[in-house]
Amino acid sequence: MDHLPTLVAEARRAIEQADTVQALDEVRVHYLGKKGEITALLKGLGKLSAEERPAAGERINQAKQELAGELESRKASLEKAALEARLAAERLDVTLPGRGQPQGSLHPVTRTLERIEGLFTRIGYDVAVGPEIEDDYHNFEALNIPAHHPARGMADTFYFDATRLLRTHTSPVQVRTMKEGKLPIRIVCPGRVYRSDSDLTHTPMFHQVEGLLVDEDVSFADLKGTIEDFLHAFFERDDLSVRFRPSYFPFTEPSAEVDIQCVMCSGEGCRVCGHSGWLEVMGCGMVHPEVFRHSGIDTERYTGFAFGMGAERLAMLRYGVNDLRLFFDNDLRFLRQFA
Amino acid sequence: MKFSEQWLREWVSPSVATQALADQITMAGLEVDAVEPVAPEFSGVVVAEVIDKTQHPDADKLNVCLVNDGGDEPVQVVCGAPNVAAGQKIVFARVGAVLPGDFKIKKAKLRGQASHGMICSASELGMAEETSAGILVLPVEAPVGEDFRAYMGLDDHTIEVDLTPNRGDCLSLQGLAREVGVLNRLAVEGPAESPVADTHQETFPVAVSDPERCPRYLGRLIQGVDVSAPTPLWMVERLRRSGVRSIDAVVDITNYVMLELGQPLHAFDRANLHEGIQVRLAREGERLMLLDGQEITLRGETLVIADGRGPLAIAGVMGGEHSGVNAETRDIFLESAFFTQLAVAGQARSYGLHTDASHRFERGVDPTLARRAMERATQLLLEIVGGEPGPVVEAVSEIHLPAERRVTLRRSRLTQALGLELDDAEVAEILTRLGLAVTAVESGWEAEVPAWRFDISIEEDLIEEVARIYGYNRLPVRRPAARLGLRPDGESRQPLARLRRQLVARGYQEAITYSFVAPELQAALLPEAVSPRLANPISSDMAVMRASLFPGLIKAFEHNLNRQQGRVRLFESGLVFRGELDDLHQIPMLGGLVSGSREPEGWCGAKEKVDFFDLKGDLESLLALGGEPEAWRFEPATHSALHPGQSARILHRGEEAGWIGTLHPAVKASLGLKADAVLFEVRLDALTHGKLPAFAPLSRYPEVRRDLAFLVADDLPIQALLDCLREQAGDWLQELRLFDVYQGKGVEPGHKSVALGLTWQHPSRTLNDDEINQLVDAIVAESGSRFGARLRG
Repeated sequence: MDHLPTLVAEARRAIEQADTVQALDEVRVHYLGKKGEITALLKGLGKLSAEERPAAGERINQAKQELAGELESRKASLEKAALEARLAAERLDVTLPGRGQPQGSLHPVTRTLERIEGLFTRIGYDVAVGPEIEDDYHNFEALNIPAHHPARGMADTFYFDATRLLRTHTSPVQVRTMKEGKLPIRIVCPGRVYRSDSDLTHTPMFHQVEGLLVDEDVSFADLKGTIEDFLHAFFERDDLSVRFRPSYFPFTEPSAEVDIQCVMCSGEGCRVCGHSGWLEVMGCGMVHPEVFRHSGIDTERYTGFAFGMGAERLAMLRYGVNDLRLFFDNDLRFLRQFA
Repeated sequence: MKFSEQWLREWVSPSVATQALADQITMAGLEVDAVEPVAPEFSGVVVAEVIDKTQHPDADKLNVCLVNDGGDEPVQVVCGAPNVAAGQKIVFARVGAVLPGDFKIKKAKLRGQASHGMICSASELGMAEETSAGILVLPVEAPVGEDFRAYMGLDDHTIEVDLTPNRGDCLSLQGLAREVGVLNRLAVEGPAESPVADTHQETFPVAVSDPERCPRYLGRLIQGVDVSAPTPLWMVERLRRSGVRSIDAVVDITNYVMLELGQPLHAFDRANLHEGIQVRLAREGERLMLLDGQEITLRGETLVIADGRGPLAIAGVMGGEHSGVNAETRDIFLESAFFTQLAVAGQARSYGLHTDASHRFERGVDPTLARRAMERATQLLLEIVGGEPGPVVEAVSEIHLPAERRVTLRRSRLTQALGLELDDAEVAEILTRLGLAVTAVESGWEAEVPAWRFDISIEEDLIEEVARIYGYNRLPVRRPAARLGLRPDGESRQPLARLRRQLVARGYQEAITYSFVAPELQAALLPEAVSPRLANPISSDMAVMRASLFPGLIKAFEHNLNRQQGRVRLFESGLVFRGELDDLHQIPMLGGLVSGSREPEGWCGAKEKVDFFDLKGDLESLLALGGEPEAWRFEPATHSALHPGQSARILHRGEEAGWIGTLHPAVKASLGLKADAVLFEVRLDALTHGKLPAFAPLSRYPEVRRDLAFLVADDLPIQALLDCLREQAGDWLQELRLFDVYQGKGVEPGHKSVALGLTWQHPSRTLNDDEINQLVDAIVAESGSRFGARLRG
């Protein structure tokens, strides 16, 4: 009984010296466990007289509680230190790059086509596609370009035989849609087209998007509005100047070519626009009645407009690509730039 | 069409500067491609006269000339040109002159003789492409001392317009002037024309046997011409500024009148004509030596000008060599004819020709022009080469001439088409200025179309003319109105855009390759493939349509390998073309190719190469988008381009939909490729096919899992085992996982160990062990009897 203070001091030293949770637990068992030394003192209370017992019991219990408290706090600090050590050991260099496949990329032409399709489908146009090996009828005749028409010289055509050819524009898709006869029509026709021409500014295959709107009371003013809106939206420039120049396509009347203020030099004049300040970007016009007649559409009731543009040209202007041929080399160093 | 601004301004001269004039023309629909000065800058150059010429005392090839340049004293100049002669009017660069190329003329001494200036050639003044053989000799009446630029009118521009095929009427100064007159509300006046009086009565007979193709043919004999007479400088210069080279006076005059009025003309040497002119279709196989020296074999649908001995010229296209004017010609037979568009269209091209004449006749030449042009050309011929004109012989078939065209323009239609109500008077005025004879009618206007406008025949043509002259950019702008109707949208379909994005997310770059490929490459990959071949490919390596996406992907792969890009992940979508033309399938496909390391080079990565299963995993991620992976199967099969042990036919709902596999090592070697690749291609219609998600209730009862390891023959496709298991495992099987395939120690040779985890769950009760054991027994028994599979101990 008299050695309680010594025992407590000894226990405190042991708690302090325990440097792991396990060692600390051994200390707890040694002093406070069922067979522990403090527990033994409590068990020895029975040997004391009734007068001595309460006071002695209180002292032992107090010492037990104090030691229990110190054990707890020592345990908490050991656990905290252990966690800190673990955290320190598990530190990563978070500046290292992540694992896995890097992002790929869409071809810039696809990106451009999807963007154009998106602009038009959002206001109610549908996307229509068709075959690329076409016949003379759908590519020319039905578009008011009879055999030997000088306009056939405008597009150098790839032929398979006398009547089968690679489409020179996506207009045959318009013909096919009109022949289905469901009016009104609002479509855009994206796709590959082919012309026998290959130099710095021509590739034998390229992409077009053509549009067609047929309804009652469609006017040249509607065409102008649609084209202007489209070009402003495509280039994200509401102040982009757009002008319409009279031109000729056998399948439209009146016909126009559309120029925009050069997006490279803002109309100041540069190499890209041939120092004119203007860039020709698309062709358009009101659907020629002869084209409607081929499709059996009543030209008195319905009118419509059509437009067409080259996707590569728009992609070049939009992304600043300076060489058309890059689009079909499929060089990864080029393609990766459009992620 | 190129023309000189000055020449145009002789017809009509609006008070606007050159660029503004060009802009006006462009905005009227005659696109100006280029405006170029007709001669470069130079100064200090005057008209002068050679007074005296003596041989240089110390140089055989040099002359010492005394030149009167209008100054106080004659000037001494040393000149090396062989054609210099006393009495000539010449072009003289004074000391202090600056010639093109910043060439300054200074006082000089040539072999001891003082030379104070230079007598110029055309090329030294930038007025000829090729180096001139001698100095430029001016007409005797050229005024000495006058500034040469002013004398020649060199402060002029060549304007080049890129005319659309409907505007054949603008292929002449007259036509362009007409248009400029309309735009500026100015009168247009050409040079004075007066019919030439005959001075003899000799004619050469003309018979037209195909009046449908040639409704009008005029001919005239001009006797006793001097073909050695030079073309006057002013005409040579106008031709030059129009991009036409001077040949000889007769040809130059016919070209000049064609440029001026738009009527192609042809001059024959009378001495080489026999019996009479026949305008007829060629006889199949007749031969003709053309002016350009090539001999062609004529076809039966070609209209020719012939005489009693055979064809002389292709009508409206090109003359023949033997009947043309030459140095010995004394008498010429001049032709001025109207050939219809039908007669000429396509003919030139079919013989590989394109001439100024065919260009015009194909687009339509004014049928009333032939006589005016004949008179104009005769007038110029008499002035320049002399001769005696005979009467004009005309063969005409009125009923075959283009009919008079009257077109009605309704006010209501015009207003509707343009979205604008125009003033009646303004509409009538525009049409009248364009040369139409306009009558007001109740509904609007009736207009008679002038003969030169082949492009106007319907109401819309008139609407276009009104809009064009009024100005497209002054017309109103409006947005179309439409009914807001929703359209069906198939939710189970996977749009191509989504498939593309899935591959992009998995690290693929999208390629776009040509749809035509090299036949050798296609044959190397797909020797059995049949696809259409182009009749006129642009080059031999783009001659056949692709029957697969593989050739294009391989070519793009090779391009990148050759540029040190070893890690390639490409995909492409597009049509492939299969079958003969008459049984052609144009099939949308999606394909891909991988090569190089599985992951990009990095700090953590293993350096393994991609293999079949990498690509298959990417492909399966596409198939999974449709929500119906069970619709797809891969079955071992051989493909000419693929490794026979590493290739599969891809089936969608039991139908072939594509292929996947490693590039065949022999094919790789034959193509000289330095790296392996794995490829796939699948039909897009199958890929875009999917199903709507269908909900199944979630069970609240426990799952039961059993793992089974089978020993099977090495060559047993796992798919067969999996199918068998599914069949036997009953309705409550939730999941079947393949978690190990092992060969090696502990597995007898020729076999593999396949470990599978099966998970069952009942929707409304707990499954007991007996039920599961029965299912497992059935699985083991069936796979044992079907494949000889045994459970591993």
